[in-house]
Amino acid sequence: MLERANPVSESRVGEGGWRVVVGTRLSRIAAIVAAFVVVGLVVLPAFASRALIQDLIFVFTMLALAQLWNVLAGWGGLITVGQQAFVGLGGYVLFAATVLAGLDPLLAIPLAGLFAGLVAALIGPLLFRLEGPYFAIGSWVVAEVCRLLCAQFKPLGGGTGTSLPNVVTANMWGLKPVQDLLAVRAPVARDVIVYWLTLVVVVATIAAIYAFARSRLGLALAATRDSMAASRSIGIRAHRIRYGLWIVCGVATGIVGAIVYLQKARISPDAAFSVTDWTAYVLFIAVIGGVRTIEGPVVGVLLLWALQHYLAQFGSLYLLLLGLIAIVMMLFLPKGLWGTFAERADIHLMPLRRRLRRS
Amino acid sequence: MQPALLELKGVSKSFGALVVADNIDLRLEAGEALGIIGPNGAGKSTLFNLVAGLLRPASGTILLDGHDVTATPAEARCRAGIGRSFQVPQPFGSLTVFENTAAAALFGAGKSPAEVADFCADILELTGLIGKADRLAGGLPLLDRKRLELARALATGPRLLLLDEIAGGLTDAECQTLIATIREIRRRGVAVIWIEHVVHALLAVVDRLIALDFGRVVAEGAPDQVMNSEIVRTIYMGVPA
Ligand SMILES: Nc1ncnc2c1ncn2[C@@H]1O[C@H](COP(=O)(O)OP(=O)(O)O)[C@@H](O)[C@H]1O
Ligand SMILES: [Mg+2]
Repeated sequence: MLERANPVSESRVGEGGWRVVVGTRLSRIAAIVAAFVVVGLVVLPAFASRALIQDLIFVFTMLALAQLWNVLAGWGGLITVGQQAFVGLGGYVLFAATVLAGLDPLLAIPLAGLFAGLVAALIGPLLFRLEGPYFAIGSWVVAEVCRLLCAQFKPLGGGTGTSLPNVVTANMWGLKPVQDLLAVRAPVARDVIVYWLTLVVVVATIAAIYAFARSRLGLALAATRDSMAASRSIGIRAHRIRYGLWIVCGVATGIVGAIVYLQKARISPDAAFSVTDWTAYVLFIAVIGGVRTIEGPVVGVLLLWALQHYLAQFGSLYLLLLGLIAIVMMLFLPKGLWGTFAERADIHLMPLRRRLRRS
Repeated sequence: MQPALLELKGVSKSFGALVVADNIDLRLEAGEALGIIGPNGAGKSTLFNLVAGLLRPASGTILLDGHDVTATPAEARCRAGIGRSFQVPQPFGSLTVFENTAAAALFGAGKSPAEVADFCADILELTGLIGKADRLAGGLPLLDRKRLELARALATGPRLLLLDEIAGGLTDAECQTLIATIREIRRRGVAVIWIEHVVHALLAVVDRLIALDFGRVVAEGAPDQVMNSEIVRTIYMGVPA
């Protein structure tokens, strides 16, 4: 990222016979199991129903967003409630690039990430003047401004939004091969492509965050959150690390937004910049599962999925219930379901602690 | 003249109407140990914040090895060799004791990940924290937090170490251990500026003493000379000059 991400990693034995240990037997087993799960998920479209694939697209995108929020807020102390700015911008860039400029969606996705990153880089210096709750409010205001600007953008339907014309996805790269491979109709093949894209994004996000959290930069980020003054006094370029992280998370969130709206095939400012969809749910996932753990949001997203599956029919009652669960959790289990369990049982599938051991 | 390790020239700082550093001149040679005494609110900790770069002086210059660092941010001053402890401990509470020092070693001292384990273990042994290396810093009692302040500052590999009231609340035996530790640090060639109310500990270590009051250096010189000066006696005992 900014500096070499040099992991302070396992089994480096020095002259004095001390070494740093991070991994455990359990974590190595967990990594192998996770690899099998990922392989299973890759081949899943060959067997699974279209409904399940669509559900999993939702699960993966929400999980990626929750992990990104977790690294910003949990590790970095940048408590933002404005990530919908980057989701929405990602979606709008996808629509602009495909509908107006005629680009292939698969090309438009990285472009959306770059644009979101650019916006993050530009507003970062402004937002970072604000601290704590003011930063949170500021991030929300930025998202609202983005929504209002997009609502002024007539070529994409202004305030009412627009749909993705069929031609855009009909000629999408990879559609034909996937149709042939799985012997399915074009709409199903499109879902499968989006499914694979979200799978790549969520696995890459989790792997990158895990590597980052274990690197020297991850250590520095945690230090800046605990004490800004002390972190600077031990030589950490606190502002640079936070700014870099903010931009990278902006890029990733923009990419997720683009993929989400490729799937939805319809965009409007109110939906794309919705604080409920892209921040409230995301916070719910991270808080329920456990902030500052990587396993936590995985637990959280599965719970949200289950709740939605069984309770979504109750409409606004469902939202009320989610809010209630979140409040009860924050009061009684502030470390979340996974966080609490991991601490009590001392079980860490993706451990982050660097332990000092004598060889 | 060889440039001093640290030199302050006419450094001033106010918080609103409150003058906390009033035209301070100060010179410290490499490896030297300077003690600072003065009543609460005299501006001692503020002086450290000015030297370490968390505060900018309103006027005056700060030189490190003869280079002007007045506008240099705290993180760069640390890498240039200034390590500091905080009077009110500021541990990285969600990290372990070892991780606190590891961050300092990686970023302050520029150690490579391969060197960190031995380097930090040595410092944790020196400061009596080795048995608690894997504990979360946020859960430490106050005395251990103070030890961690010292350990973390040392792990930045300083040439100049700023210690802010680290002896308060220690038993006699603990105080003797601390004195021995700071002597050992000095033996390794590190210059020390130590703010301390526990005067006997200070006198056991420093070469020179200054007394601060209302942001001004009111006495300076050999430790016993400063301790016996009229102005210091007035401040400490309330005896009119
Ligand atoms: N950031 C600040 N803003 C306003 N006043 C401050 C600040 N820091 C310290 N002070 C005030 O400056 C004076 C000197 O403080 P300090 O340097 O901590 O004194 P000492 O360490 O000698 O006890 C005190 O009156 C303190 O209240
Ligand atoms: Mg003080």
